[in-house]
Amino acid sequence: MIPHEQTFEAIGSDALLRRVGELKAGGWRLAAISAAKNAAGLELIYTFDREYRLLNLRLQLAGEVVKVPSVSAQFFCAALYENELHDLFGLEVENMALDFKGNLYRTAVKFPFGCTKAPAPALAASSEAAKSPAVAAANKGA
Amino acid sequence: MTGIALKWALKKPVTSRYPFEPRQPIADSRGTLDFDTLTCVYCGVCAKKCPTGAIEVVRSGRRWAIDRLLCISCGACVEICPKKSLALDTRHTGPTITRDREFFTGAEKPAA
Amino acid sequence: MAKTIVPFGPQHPVLPEPIHLDLVVEDEVVVEARPSIGFIHRGLERLVERKDFNEFTYVAERICGICSFIHGQTYCQGVEQLMHLEAPLRAKYLRTIWGEMSRIHSHLLWLGLMADAVGFENLFMHSWRVRERLLNVIEGTTGGRVIFGTCKVGGVRRDIGPEALPGTLKELESIEKDAREITEIFLHDSSIKDRLCGVGVLSREDAYALGCVGPTLRASGVEQDMRALGYAAFDQVPFKVVTRTEGDSYARCAVRCEELLQSFEIIRQAAARMPEGEIAVKVSGNPKGECIVRTEQPRGEVVYWLKANGTKNLERFRVRTPTFANIPALLKLLQGCDLADVPVLVLTIDPCISCTER
Repeated sequence: MIPHEQTFEAIGSDALLRRVGELKAGGWRLAAISAAKNAAGLELIYTFDREYRLLNLRLQLAGEVVKVPSVSAQFFCAALYENELHDLFGLEVENMALDFKGNLYRTAVKFPFGCTKAPAPALAASSEAAKSPAVAAANKGA
Repeated sequence: MTGIALKWALKKPVTSRYPFEPRQPIADSRGTLDFDTLTCVYCGVCAKKCPTGAIEVVRSGRRWAIDRLLCISCGACVEICPKKSLALDTRHTGPTITRDREFFTGAEKPAA
Repeated sequence: MAKTIVPFGPQHPVLPEPIHLDLVVEDEVVVEARPSIGFIHRGLERLVERKDFNEFTYVAERICGICSFIHGQTYCQGVEQLMHLEAPLRAKYLRTIWGEMSRIHSHLLWLGLMADAVGFENLFMHSWRVRERLLNVIEGTTGGRVIFGTCKVGGVRRDIGPEALPGTLKELESIEKDAREITEIFLHDSSIKDRLCGVGVLSREDAYALGCVGPTLRASGVEQDMRALGYAAFDQVPFKVVTRTEGDSYARCAVRCEELLQSFEIIRQAAARMPEGEIAVKVSGNPKGECIVRTEQPRGEVVYWLKANGTKNLERFRVRTPTFANIPALLKLLQGCDLADVPVLVLTIDPCISCTER
């Protein structure tokens, strides 16, 4: 049985690209990019895998700063994860290798995971948006 | 492939002509929920435990209701019921065109 | 040469679930593929805010119909890790047995769909005929054909008792004979080989760098199977990681056929070694902490990230499904392929879009 090792490393967004480059040179590959909203803002976890070991980079984005550089130059598959995070959380990712500009995920409500309240049912949301653009804009930015 | 094709061309079809031939249910399959009004004490634990909220219990009125379309036949209520009033039968829920709850009203509590 | 955009999906006979691909075609050669997903997005990850961690097992199982049991199992393993619980050994063996039954049923389903994709409808029907027999076995042991509903935090909800086990194993032996007949056709029939050999070659470096998982990765020569981590009873039941080196669609089909037949052997071994004992431990308290759990679904490695803060609702539940990891490989395979090969290539990564979109 192979021991299931995993490590978590905290990192800042300025050190991200350099560290990802080191990991790529070390033979690691990207397994997942996950995000969660917490009290401080948005927390990103970049999960790397090599020979059954897991290495996670934890990136905490504070408050309104929801921009990260893309790692898709080193790992092409990251483009898919980053597009998904953009479509679900409203995260801005710079320089994605493949940029769908918000069209990857079709949802009735924009950025459904980004708002803190549960999204309204699809029918109500679209009719509400038609009635009042201000409400729709407020929903989008919440 | 020719062997299989010939063999099965000569055999009876595997598919059954449902609904003209009734389906033989498999024992222990999780199907429709059966409720026994006689043993139920209307404690409401099944309603709390139901993951979809299909069961509704009105304690004072001794009413127990289930929304058949919400029930996922998971059996959580069956496991938790203290009086064993609930059981899962193997038959499938029949087709329906309206969405309403099935109500059961228990007998009045005997005066102590 | 002028480019045309051919929309593929969301409704297409070859797709088990809806995905949309805009294929940019130049005279029958696909130049680029642009995916668009979200047809089956149900926002299940946010349901943790409403359902407590015990009830959420039912939701986790319903992320996908084909890989449902292993989703439930991974979720329960994650919560057990957070609560420092250990499921009893018998429960682990039962989870292994049901997990392998789930793998057999998924691979038989895929074999049928692949036969349908190449136009071999008769073989599609035969694969699913064998799968029906397995679904009856699953219904007899778990109560449900597709959604097993047997995993819970702390163990399993049902047992395969000593009176039911020999009959189940005998039926599985008979199903294995049928399945072997079907896989022989997939591996040796000339019309299938014509459609699969040399189509969609994924080199070893590409497969590794693009983040592929599961049979897609193993058919290109990389030996990686999460069952080697030894979760559930896999540390005590011997199994071999199946790999091939050619990396084309035929190799992926062959890997799945071999895994299918190996699963029958794993079930036999697990049933022989299964100890007596409890099937669940009592769960009290709430989970706290965070963990990442990985298991091997039929389509590959699934990564679950669970965060809990001591209340009865989990804080965050994130699933990285194997199909999501294989989509970049699909986009690469589709570049430069013939339009007629698109159904084969889309199916060869075994897309499970309802998993991907949760």
